[in-house]
Formats: sequence, C-alpha cells, structure tokens
Amino acid sequence: MTIAVRGGHVVGLHGVERVDVLIDNEVVVKVGANLAGDVNIDAVGCHVFPGFVDLHAHLREPGREDCETIATASRAGAKGGYTALIAMPNTDPAHDSVSVIEFVREQARRAGLLDVFPSGCITMGRRGEALAPLGDLCAAGVRLFTDDGSGVQDPVLMARAMQYAKSLGVTMAQHCEVSALTQGAVMNECACSSDMGVPGWPSIAEELMVQRDIELSRSTGASVHFLHLSTARSVELVREAKLEGLHVTAEVTPHHLSLTEELLTTFDPVFKVNPPLRSMSDIRALKAGLLDGTIDAVATDHAPHARRDKELPLDQAPPGMIGLETALGVVLSAVDLDPMQIAAVMSRNPARIAQIAQTHGHNIVPGDTANLCVVDLNALWQVNPATLASKSKNTPFVGRQLRGMVRSTMFRGEITVLDGVAQK
Amino acid sequence: MKHLRSISELGLEGLTRILHLTESMAEVNSRPVPKVPALRGKTVVSLFFEDSTRTRLSFETAAKRLSAETMTFSVSTSSVNKGESLRDTIETISDMGVHALVVRHKSVGVPWQIAKWTNASIINAGDGAHQHPTQALVDCYTVCEALSTKDLSGVHLTIVGDIKHSRVARSNIQAFSMLGAKITLVAPPTLLPVNVSHWPVTVSSDLDSVLGSTDVLYMLRLQSERMAQGLVPSLHEYSTRFGLDDQRVAKLPSRSLVMHPGPMNRGVEMLIDPSEIPNSLIHRQVSNGVSVRMAVLFELLSVEELS
Repeated sequence: MTIAVRGGHVVGLHGVERVDVLIDNEVVVKVGANLAGDVNIDAVGCHVFPGFVDLHAHLREPGREDCETIATASRAGAKGGYTALIAMPNTDPAHDSVSVIEFVREQARRAGLLDVFPSGCITMGRRGEALAPLGDLCAAGVRLFTDDGSGVQDPVLMARAMQYAKSLGVTMAQHCEVSALTQGAVMNECACSSDMGVPGWPSIAEELMVQRDIELSRSTGASVHFLHLSTARSVELVREAKLEGLHVTAEVTPHHLSLTEELLTTFDPVFKVNPPLRSMSDIRALKAGLLDGTIDAVATDHAPHARRDKELPLDQAPPGMIGLETALGVVLSAVDLDPMQIAAVMSRNPARIAQIAQTHGHNIVPGDTANLCVVDLNALWQVNPATLASKSKNTPFVGRQLRGMVRSTMFRGEITVLDGVAQK
Repeated sequence: MKHLRSISELGLEGLTRILHLTESMAEVNSRPVPKVPALRGKTVVSLFFEDSTRTRLSFETAAKRLSAETMTFSVSTSSVNKGESLRDTIETISDMGVHALVVRHKSVGVPWQIAKWTNASIINAGDGAHQHPTQALVDCYTVCEALSTKDLSGVHLTIVGDIKHSRVARSNIQAFSMLGAKITLVAPPTLLPVNVSHWPVTVSSDLDSVLGSTDVLYMLRLQSERMAQGLVPSLHEYSTRFGLDDQRVAKLPSRSLVMHPGPMNRGVEMLIDPSEIPNSLIHRQVSNGVSVRMAVLFELLSVEELS
C-alpha cells in the first residue's frame, strides 16, 4: 500500500518546499509534484516534518502502570507528532539491566505507535554509588545514559562514567542538581519562595553540576548532554563550552520556556516540576539559547503522575507534568521558531544526540524511513483533558490556547494519527 | 469574607474590621457568663495535623463562647493514620455538614488546596512557615490595646530570630506594616529568607544597635533543630547574639513592649523570666487569643448567613 502526503510544505534539509511525499512500505520513495497513493493525506496549508524525537519521556512502565504505560505514552507521543521517544530510566526496576531494556522495547513494539529507545542508568538503581553495566547496555543498543530524576553527585563516579562513555561512544545525559543544595525544595529559590516560607531550589544547584560536567567532558573527551536546562547561567555555561568545541549538548522543556515561578503561589502541585519553574529572565535566556543553537533540542520531560499523588501537599507531591501532546503547541506559543528551526529542535538535533538519525530526524528524501508528521503551524487549539491519550492528566495547560497542531503522524509508513485522532 | 488563610487575603479593611469586632468580643469575655448565641447551629472543626496547645484551645474556646458546636480532629487517632488521603479526610468531614475548618498543617499551602474540596470556610491556624494569620491578628490587637490606638504609624516593631522558618513573622510583617508600623528584622543571615528586599522591612544582624529605637520587641522561638541543620553555629552563640537578657531589656526605652508567640525556649532566645520584663505582653497575647478568634469565627460564619 502506498500513501501520498499531498500539498504540504515539506521541511527538508535545505529549506521548505511545497511538494508531495510518496511512501511505500515504510520508506519514502518519492518527493515531487502531483504524487498519488492508495491513500492520500491532505496536507494543504500544513508543514510536513520528520517525525519528532523526544529525548526525555517518563513512561512509568515497569512499575507505575497506574500513571502511564508504554502503550498510552506511545499514543500520547504519536498525537504530539512524535515517532521516537527516549525512555527515562527511573522505572521500577530501573533501566540498569539488559532485561529491563528489552522489556521496554518489547512493550513499545507491541504498542506499535512509535519507537521507544530506552536510556540506560549511569549507576545501579540510580543510587549514585556504583556504575551500571554500561558496556552490556551499550552492546544491547543503549546510546544515552542518565540517572534522570537525580544527578550523579559523586565527581569520581561521574568521571569514571565519562571515561567509559568516551570509549563506548555513548553520551552521558545529566540531570543537573547538586542535591545537598535542594533538600526539601519545592520551587525556585526566589522572592515567592521567601514569601511562601518554602525551601527554594537555587539556580546554583544546577549550574554547579553543569560546570562540573563541562570540565569532566573537557578532561575525558566524552559527550555530555544536559537535560532540562532551566537557568540563564546554565545557558551561558553551555554556550561557552560549545564555543570551545567541547562535546556538549542541551535540551529545554516546553514548560521551562513558558511558565514562571509565580505560578507556585497558587499552591497547585501541577506546577511543581524538577528543575523548578524559574524567572522571566531565565525564560528569556532559554529562548535565546534555543534560537541561537546553544540549546539543541526541546524535550518534554513528560512525567505522568496519578491524581492522588498530585493532590498531596506541595512539599509531598511528586514533581513533573505531562507534555507529549502539548509540546509543539506550547513551544510555538512561547518562541517564534521558523519551520527549519522547529525541525531542528524537535527532530533532527534530538535524533543526532540519541544516535538514531538512521531512522529518525531525516531530511525527507527518497530512501528515508517514513517517520513523518503533518503540522498546521497556525491552528489554534485548547487542551481538553478528556481527549488526552496520556493516562495521567497532570498538565497545567488545560484551557490555554496553543498555536500549532499536529494533524497526522506516520510511523514506519503507517498512519498512527489522522486529523488529530490516534488510529490505534 | 469566606476564608481566612493569609493576612494579605484579609487586607487592611478586613484586618481593621476584625480588630474592631474583637473589642466587642472582649466585652463578651468580661461578662460573668461569657457566652452569646451568635453561632448557634454552626459547627466548627479543628483539624490539627501538627501539634498545638494554645491555638487549638483558643479556637475551641472561642467557638464555644459563640455557641457553635465544636469537633476536634486529632491526627493521631484518625484514619489519617490508616493512610487516608488529605482529600478524603476533608471530604469526609465536609459530608458531616460543617461550617468552618480550622486547619494546621506542616505543609505550606494546605488551606488553599483543601478549599477546593469543601464548602466550609477555611481558617488557617498555621501552614508550614507560611502564614498564621490569627496569631498576627492577636498580636496587632494586643499592641493596639497596650498603646490605646488603632494606628501604628511611627511605631517601631523589631522582630528577632528565625524569620526564615516563621509563619508568625510572615503574618506579622504583613499585618503590622498594613497598620503603619515600621519593622526591623534582626536575625543571623542564615535565618532570613533568601530574598526579602521586596518586604516592607529593614534588616539588621545587630540586636543591640536597634534596641534603643524599638517600641515593640518581638522575640521568635528558635527551634533546636536549626542547629542540627547547621544554620547557627551553636545555641550558645545564638543566645549571646540574639537572646533577650536583662542587659538588653535595660537598653530598651522604658515604655517598650515585649512579645513572644510561645512556646518560649527559655535559655535560648529568652534568657530572662518574662515576669521580670516590665512591659511584657506575653500573657495578654494568650488571653486576647480567644477574643480575636471569636471575632474571626463571627466574621466568617455569621456574614455567610446574611448573604
């Protein structure tokens, strides 16, 4: 069966072109004018992007299937235009053994809605005490390693992990948080946290670890990826490191580009995330970093939590918000990105960082795996919790008007989302 | 007014109204039978997830003097110990048809969160280090009473101690500044919130230098766990620099008032027996507690009936 995506603006390597795309059996076979397939998707007025790649998704399976499963997260991802997710390792059990990695992949294959690439733990059980079997996990196909949810505190352990990373050709992705500085913290350390009498999460707790890992990358030559950057000074540190030619990359979440610390004064735990929402000046720096390429990628940090957990008092509620279905809309409502930049930060750069560019984040030319999404960049829409595919509904964007809507998603040549509706 | 959760939510107008109403309640309390039927048929629940002696007893006494029914929810004997969630606890109590919940919780913001799950009025009896509005009302009333004024313009209030972890300080800074007082905070830098430049206060770390211009000296309790957290080098050093002893009392102008919200930490911030302080208001703070809380309950529960 062939599928033709017709009349759309295709966001290719060298620019945006109004052409049709013909897909046959998982592969893009032709890009040109007046193509027709057995099935035709109308993309008039829309842009055709390589399928989005999320470097940072918490799928909760195994362990917390009441919050999310790999199948429900896959569906949420497909609706958000994603064809690949990097699964974070803080499941129960954690991603510190080949069997867990294979389980996650198998569940994703069963769901069949997108590719899930499990990240591996840097340390056993993410406890920060002993290295996980980095070599075994690498041999099983893992390319991105992280203890996300916590940073690796011990500099000696991190230096060893980086030495391994260098020799294996994999990337260490750091959750930058010096935990001694964030004990009990529920929000950014700022005027609001002082008013509220809550322990703050100071910017410096992130920046110290960004700085440390830049130095470790310099000394070991290993690649390091900074997860969910949230402060202006972190952006500056990464910018300087890149100018020096060090192997560093960074991501930012949609919520850190759009929401500020003042929202915590409502005491609603839906706004509690880690790292916390910061100030307007941090947001300005993050946007500038995204626009000038200092920050390579937008990553969701999709973090589903059951309602009963998010109804706990602010200091006890777990941090995190869902983001797969709203990522594009939130980003485009916050930052003025052109289609080429969108393709870069949502697909091509994250695919390169995750080392999955063979099948994702491509240039939409014949021979590419048919992982695509069709987006109406000007469509305005509102988040309706009832239609979210994610099992958890902890998003603060309910009722907000967002710009940019995913119309269809194709995964390996199969239509997973059509007119905004998941097909399975 | 539906809830009393913070002084800023109350506003100057509400604050003034409650202080005025407190005078009437004080008159009730001076009668041989200090009881009026104002809140007959109303039910007030005290929900203390954190220990309290004076606040809980004064709320319950206040409710009884207004003829309201009272229920006491004690966490140690409740289903909370069986793992019942906060939401289920609130909804269960609300289902019994109650009119006000007096809530104390160690977590900041709980009075705002639970307001979504009940129709009852919420009275914040302390949420973490955030707010304790009725204590501030008591303190304002007590100072106004002692100075026979309702306008605190030009009055210099000095608050000494662990500002960072104090809901009493946060509420009092808002309330006293609304009434026109000039406020100085005295604390080691580690016991001040990180960012107070937007607060209507001046900050000092030298108690002796501000005593001479202080009209009201407000001592806060220092919890010994602050030392364990490394926020003060030693209790001894803290008492030497920030404790109130007879020498410091002697440095105060003769008409200066001294306050403490209790419970006192004798030997830490209080190195002198309160009975030896000439103008101590510490006992008035407790006795006015009942009148102020009667005023608050009356304001919240009787207005609801009229509207």
